[in-house]
Amino acid sequence: MYVWVKIVSALMLTSLILTFSSEASDRAFNLGSIATSQQVKGWDIDVRPDGVGAPIGSGTAFDGEEVFAEQCASCHGDFGEGVDRWPELVGGDGTLNTHDPLKTTGSYWPYASTIFDYIYRAMPFGASQSLSYDETYQIVAYLLFMNDIIDDDFVLSDQNIGLIKMPNQDGFLLPDPRPDVSNINGNPCMENCNVPVKIIGKAKDIDVTPED
Amino acid sequence: MKFSRRNLIKSFAALGSVGFSTSILAQDKPNPNNLPPNLPEWTPDLGAGVDENPYGSPSEFESNVIRRNVPWLTASPQSSVNFTPLQDLEGIVTPNGLCFERHHGGVAEINPTDYRLMINGLVDREMIFSLDDLKRFPQVNKFYFLECAANGGMEWKGAQLNGCQYTFGMVHNVQYTGVKLSDLLRETGLKPKAKWVLAEGSDTSGMTRSIPIEKILDDCLIAWAMNGEALRPEQGYPARLVVPGWEGNMWVKWIRRLEFGDKPYMTREETSKYTDLLTDGKARMFTWVMEAKSVVTSPSPEKPILHKGIQQLRGLAWSGKGKIKRVDVSLDGGKNWRTAQLHAPIMSKSLVRFTLPFEWSGEELLIQSRAIDETGYVQPYIQELQKIRGKNSIYHNNSIATWLVSKSGRVDNVRLG
Repeated sequence: MYVWVKIVSALMLTSLILTFSSEASDRAFNLGSIATSQQVKGWDIDVRPDGVGAPIGSGTAFDGEEVFAEQCASCHGDFGEGVDRWPELVGGDGTLNTHDPLKTTGSYWPYASTIFDYIYRAMPFGASQSLSYDETYQIVAYLLFMNDIIDDDFVLSDQNIGLIKMPNQDGFLLPDPRPDVSNINGNPCMENCNVPVKIIGKAKDIDVTPED
Repeated sequence: MKFSRRNLIKSFAALGSVGFSTSILAQDKPNPNNLPPNLPEWTPDLGAGVDENPYGSPSEFESNVIRRNVPWLTASPQSSVNFTPLQDLEGIVTPNGLCFERHHGGVAEINPTDYRLMINGLVDREMIFSLDDLKRFPQVNKFYFLECAANGGMEWKGAQLNGCQYTFGMVHNVQYTGVKLSDLLRETGLKPKAKWVLAEGSDTSGMTRSIPIEKILDDCLIAWAMNGEALRPEQGYPARLVVPGWEGNMWVKWIRRLEFGDKPYMTREETSKYTDLLTDGKARMFTWVMEAKSVVTSPSPEKPILHKGIQQLRGLAWSGKGKIKRVDVSLDGGKNWRTAQLHAPIMSKSLVRFTLPFEWSGEELLIQSRAIDETGYVQPYIQELQKIRGKNSIYHNNSIATWLVSKSGRVDNVRLG
């Protein structure tokens, strides 16, 4: 059997070399090297809204509470309420159309996949890509639970993260409608234009400019 | 030791915080003994020899020309922004050390020999390129502005920050050297289903943005040099993505990977950030292009008028949709306008310098500038944007600013209404 494996792999290797050398002739400059599937796997960490790319793993909010307390709460608070100027992660329902919108994972983020993708690649701040896949699913589940999107025993996994419907999924408009102002004919008013010239605010009165 | 201003500044600097800045010492304390008919203090002595400062740095009397940040804006300096001192710059080239910085996890330190760019997904060949590989591709050298979508973001609700640097300084303009992505893709091939690219950084934030394939093939670059030298670490050394005319967040620094796919990836940056919230609670998404904009850099809050008589007003204009066609300037809050002189070179998606001479006899002025680009688009007033988008958009404020010149020559950022 060992011999057969060797023969088969030798054949595969030969065919790979053949494939590559024939493809090399299509290449314009013959620069760079072919990436192995292992190399790609190590760096290809993104997760798409439909769940494509989600790594095998799972977690519940129940388990996520402790992980969140250890890994996230020092900046985001035990319940995602935010510490100092670090982002709030929970709440904000019904605020997006007010003067003081609160954009959180619950009120604003359109896809659960994005929460997973971002936490795995960039969090905890200063120790990115240190969480396990299961820990990441647990933290995402905890955030979804705190935002009343799933129950605390819901098992979030690679199988269902693409199926979670977020409250603001339909809150985004495409395509870009700009230019959205009227003056696009290159001929603005030059003389005696009817514009308001009353000073209604001065930055120096707000007094938030750093002193040098 | 001979007593001189030069030594005085050095000794104060050695003392550390002495309560007043070197700029006051350097610029505001004239010494009449240096003026005609006297012999200036720098004339008799030998100066520094070659190699005393092998890389070179600005004069110590220019120590106030630096990037500055607004500490209260962000939770940490590693995930923050600072601003280009536009008010102190001439021409259209931003010196590398003054290009504003925006990081999401601090500056990655990358040994260029360990640098790799991976291209994977819907390509014929998934490939890896070293920096040396990239430099062997056909090269392009192009000037482009890079503007953060949040430039002027603090001004949506009113005049907030009293400075040209703080209200317009999230833009810079350098000459990039790099390889066109369309050339790189001749090496990997591209599958017909590839419609989107995920660009990914190798910094701790793993910055990611989705970019449509049309833009990638049109004019995007992987750049390794700016203004003739290697990229600065804070600008993505050793290689970054260049996305001409589009918001700075997409210009992924320290780029490690381009993945080709059939759908957008909906990353954190393009969903929870860099989307424009409207009054009804809906938000615009994928608003990439930076529309035409201009600013008067002098006079400005940092550049008061010091003398009556002839003034040389100067400023910068740019458009993500092509060339700037014209810039108008008003001194009376927008009632009457005159057309400024544009200075060559006038390049597509690059800053353009404009100037306008005027006489000042000590009266109040309300200075504005408005850019018109080659598509005919006219830089709008904030009220026009607010009417359509409300006041919570944060991003893409390209409106006309107003500088109030007081009778004393002092200049302030004000809002008219």
